[in-house]
Amino acid sequence: MIPQEFEYSAPKSLDEAITLLGRGAKPLAGGMSLIPMMKLRLAVPDHLADLGRIKDLSYIREHSGSLLIGATTTHYAVESSALVRSKCPLLAETAANIGDVQVRNRGTIGGSVAHADPSADYPAALQALEAQIVARGSKGERAIPIDSFLADTFTTALEPGEIIREVIVPIDGAGVGVCYQKVAQKASGFAVVGIAVRIQRGGEKLSMVRVGVTGLSNRAYRATHTERALEGRTGTPAEIEAAANLVAQGVDANSDIHASAPYRTHLAKIHAARALAKALARAE
Amino acid sequence: MATITKPETLLGKRIRRREDPRLITGTATYVDDIKMPGMYYAAILRSPHAAANIRSLNVQPALARKGVLTVFTGKDTEHAGSVPCGAALPGLRVPHHHLLALDRVYFVGHPLAVVVATDRYIARDAAELIEVDYDVLSAVADPEKALAAGAPAVHPQWPDNTAFTFHQEGGEVDKAFAEADVIVKQRITSQRLIPMAMETRGVVADWRAAERALTLYTSTQAPHLVRTLVAQVLGLEDNRLRVVAPEVGGGFGSKIDTYAEEILMAFVAMKIRKPVKWIGSRREDFLCTIHGRGHVDYYELAARRDGEITAIKLKIIQDLGAFLSLLTPAIPTLSVLMMPGLYRTKNIRADVVGAFTNCMATDAYRGAGRPEATHGIERMVDILAAELKMDPAEVRLKNFIHNEEFPFPTATGLVYDSGDYAAPLRKAMDMVDYGKFRQEQARARQEGKLLGIGMSTYGEICAFGPSPATPAGGWESSQVKVEPSGKVTVATGISPHGQGEETTFAQITADELGIGLDDVIVVHGDTSLVPYGIGTFGSRSTAVGGTALYFALQELKTKLKKWGVTLLESEDVTLADGRCTCNKSGKSVSFQEIAFAAYRAMKVPAGAEPGLVSTYFWEPPNFTFPFGAHIVVTEIDRDTGEVFIRRYVAIDDCGKILNPLIVDGQVHGGVAQGIGQALWEQAVYDDNGQLITGELMDYAVAKAPMMPWIESGHTVTPSPVNPLGVKGVGEAGTIGASPAVVNSVVDALSHLGVRHIDMPLTPEKIWNLVSAGGGK
Ligand SMILES: Cc1cc2nc3c(=O)[nH]c(=O)nc-3n(C[C@H](O)[C@H](O)[C@H](O)COP(=O)(O)OP(=O)(O)OC[C@H]3O[C@@H](n4cnc5c(N)ncnc54)[C@H](O)[C@@H]3O)c2cc1C
Repeated sequence: MIPQEFEYSAPKSLDEAITLLGRGAKPLAGGMSLIPMMKLRLAVPDHLADLGRIKDLSYIREHSGSLLIGATTTHYAVESSALVRSKCPLLAETAANIGDVQVRNRGTIGGSVAHADPSADYPAALQALEAQIVARGSKGERAIPIDSFLADTFTTALEPGEIIREVIVPIDGAGVGVCYQKVAQKASGFAVVGIAVRIQRGGEKLSMVRVGVTGLSNRAYRATHTERALEGRTGTPAEIEAAANLVAQGVDANSDIHASAPYRTHLAKIHAARALAKALARAE
Repeated sequence: MATITKPETLLGKRIRRREDPRLITGTATYVDDIKMPGMYYAAILRSPHAAANIRSLNVQPALARKGVLTVFTGKDTEHAGSVPCGAALPGLRVPHHHLLALDRVYFVGHPLAVVVATDRYIARDAAELIEVDYDVLSAVADPEKALAAGAPAVHPQWPDNTAFTFHQEGGEVDKAFAEADVIVKQRITSQRLIPMAMETRGVVADWRAAERALTLYTSTQAPHLVRTLVAQVLGLEDNRLRVVAPEVGGGFGSKIDTYAEEILMAFVAMKIRKPVKWIGSRREDFLCTIHGRGHVDYYELAARRDGEITAIKLKIIQDLGAFLSLLTPAIPTLSVLMMPGLYRTKNIRADVVGAFTNCMATDAYRGAGRPEATHGIERMVDILAAELKMDPAEVRLKNFIHNEEFPFPTATGLVYDSGDYAAPLRKAMDMVDYGKFRQEQARARQEGKLLGIGMSTYGEICAFGPSPATPAGGWESSQVKVEPSGKVTVATGISPHGQGEETTFAQITADELGIGLDDVIVVHGDTSLVPYGIGTFGSRSTAVGGTALYFALQELKTKLKKWGVTLLESEDVTLADGRCTCNKSGKSVSFQEIAFAAYRAMKVPAGAEPGLVSTYFWEPPNFTFPFGAHIVVTEIDRDTGEVFIRRYVAIDDCGKILNPLIVDGQVHGGVAQGIGQALWEQAVYDDNGQLITGELMDYAVAKAPMMPWIESGHTVTPSPVNPLGVKGVGEAGTIGASPAVVNSVVDALSHLGVRHIDMPLTPEKIWNLVSAGGGK
């Protein structure tokens, strides 16, 4: 690949990285999205700050009912972590569905959410998990709810000079069933649609339903119509189907050579139903 | 142990490829691994528009960039000749194909200027500094639209966008159609594909002015052809041009052509008097390496009620692209040759229209014309079977050429060498348990499941080919050199790039000479090392190149025997198992002793000369015609339209099998590309001529996890065309696969009234059909 000329720095600390960002540097994490853009010269950064040498930015920790995941934690580390698998299986299942093994070995959770590709997998799961994105800039740190973080296609709530430090996801108790269901685009592996579901059963009734959708529109979103249609119900097949049919309610669906808007919408409904049924079965 | 056993033959054994260790350890030398002292790097500025006049071109900003040596534009290469098209057809319009665009660009990727700099990064950056003022014109990217009235003219001098028309006819077509019980018609497309060799194209040119000698290292399938053509275009003497194909990372036909960049780098090196390197990016390879297929076919089949096909009509609209690459216009004529498939009908009519479009040229891609023809006829047979409510296997068995009819002259002018067409079909049907599957399918349908089975019984033309039938000679050369030590070097005119002939040719040699496999090396791909050769394409390497080797070895054995006679002082000798033995005394000399004696030359046999070398150029009397049957079982997710291949059975008859491991590998790779065409791959140009599947993120080639398990088997019908009995297997898998997959999917949907689906069978297309309750 022959990108345009650029300067390269490898900061050793987050503070150093933030200083570099203040001078206009662009963060480089796994490079799995940034490098292909540079190859095509769609991205032409003058200066890259490689986050890979920053100590303690790649970690998975448990902390008062949540999992804290460092920004440079690779997809593979998430997929294979015993902690994530037991405490937040939805995230592990989603990570395992990203691209191929080479991509998962390099790509990072921070890079994925910062890139905000409308077909990326993580955002669906993070929506269903109501995750928080912790960003740090020269003025300090703030936690941004994922729904406001994902502003639009390739656009986030990050301010210039801010860096993602951590992703926070909740640890679910017993009785929660999860599922990530995806239709992969055959060439890239990205989601034509991806549905992340998190369901809790409280006795007979479904006490919590969270559905994150990616690939369908300009950004990953929560299918609140589906959630509301199921919460408080028992989750019969008919209820699931009816709720799944609301998954694209009010959404302007994408259309490209890989799937037209009507077909994408249809796939979202089918896979929402399948993911809901699977998650429900796992919640039992 | 006193028993004497004849050493086992190496031919027929699953011997591992000797090529592989260097490939899998990353120690092979590709073009990009070649570095020359003082070498410069070239980057090419390419058109972002499919059609535009160039108002002005300012190279000054690029020249001003530090590290840039020079920039060449169309004006510099204006008189350097035309990128060659080697195919000839009556009335063919061949546009002059300048190395660099002169005042107009014709497709996205069309080269405009070449920047030469001290490194490849500077060269690329500088190329982007060149200022071009385009007057953008309307383009046409679809062959049928190009032929419609009022379409933008790709070449202003030919407003009908027609490069040629071609007609071929045999038998009594009109009569057969008039008398037919049934006529079935279908429009069938074979979409544009990207050949996608793993290694992109690349060239290093090294000009030694003092010697007037040019060496061109290039990723090609046909180094001698490149030498002849580059020498011709640039007006160089061919004996001063050396072309080397180092390790070549795949070609699939796309590297038969001599490309603008090969000539351009030779031109640049001669101008700057320094070595220069150009390596195409993946994007450049997408845009500027030939594409495959690009057919719109209109078929009509006439038949009797009992299933006998009585005539075939075919109209082919071939998307040529903007320029004619080496074989571009010849490819659809191969489809015409192959249009009757394995069936007996002698009544055929074909009309081809070659349409210019503002796209990259199409040319030979694995199968080259035969996959299109096979896809067409195999789909039509299924459509006929559906029309007659007959089983598709039955229709095929009814129409196959019978075994006793070989050699069989076809209505298209070929003579099929040999065959037993029912054998692979029966074998494949047994393997899938066809009868039982039909019962299972009926049950599955009642449960609402979509299960299908499809077959293709393909034939192909291989071993290109008798010289009169080819544009550049169809023979092949081989040279066997025995060194004084008794080690053997085989030089072959073919140019393998993944096919494994370094292994199979060593097997042939070791068997013929009775020596060990490791005593033989096989060299190729360097015009200064091997006699003139034609190259590797059209499944010809073993059938033609291997045969040339076989005959060189026979000549060598005659020489060996002469030396044996002299050394053993007896006329009554036998040459076998690596020794020459006197039949009377039992005394013998080894192959190594003969080799040494031939170079030591103390006593030269009468009628012989010192040394042990023999060279043979072999002209094949005919093509070969491999065949086979592929059967595919598919299941369709009716909610999403996704296709799952449940079973893939491939029975191929490629004549004698020299190395089953390599044959299986060729079939697997071919099937992967055939399934790729059937289900996933498509080169999509939009109406403005932009290639919107120009990245691997959008163009879906088959990857290992997407592949089904392939159950492969063989029948063996030796070819009478060559003494090895081999036919060729490089393209078989690709040719057999796509119709089998499509037939299977159409079968799964047939009860919904679906008759045909064009490739690729995207889930969305299928879902649309299923949700509409079927086809028309
Ligand atoms: C072949 C292939 C297939 C793929 N398939 C999938 C798939 O199926 N599903 C999927 O979801 N993704 C897929 N991806 C994308 C992959 O997951 C990327 O790894 C991910 O999108 C970006 O992560 P990264 O660490 O590689 O980020 P980079 O490419 O390094 O960076 C991406 C962007 O994020 C910014 N950035 C990175 N880290 C931070 C940070 N900590 N703070 C602020 N900004 C930051 C960068 O500046 C850049 O703008 C695929 C990629 C490839 C190459």
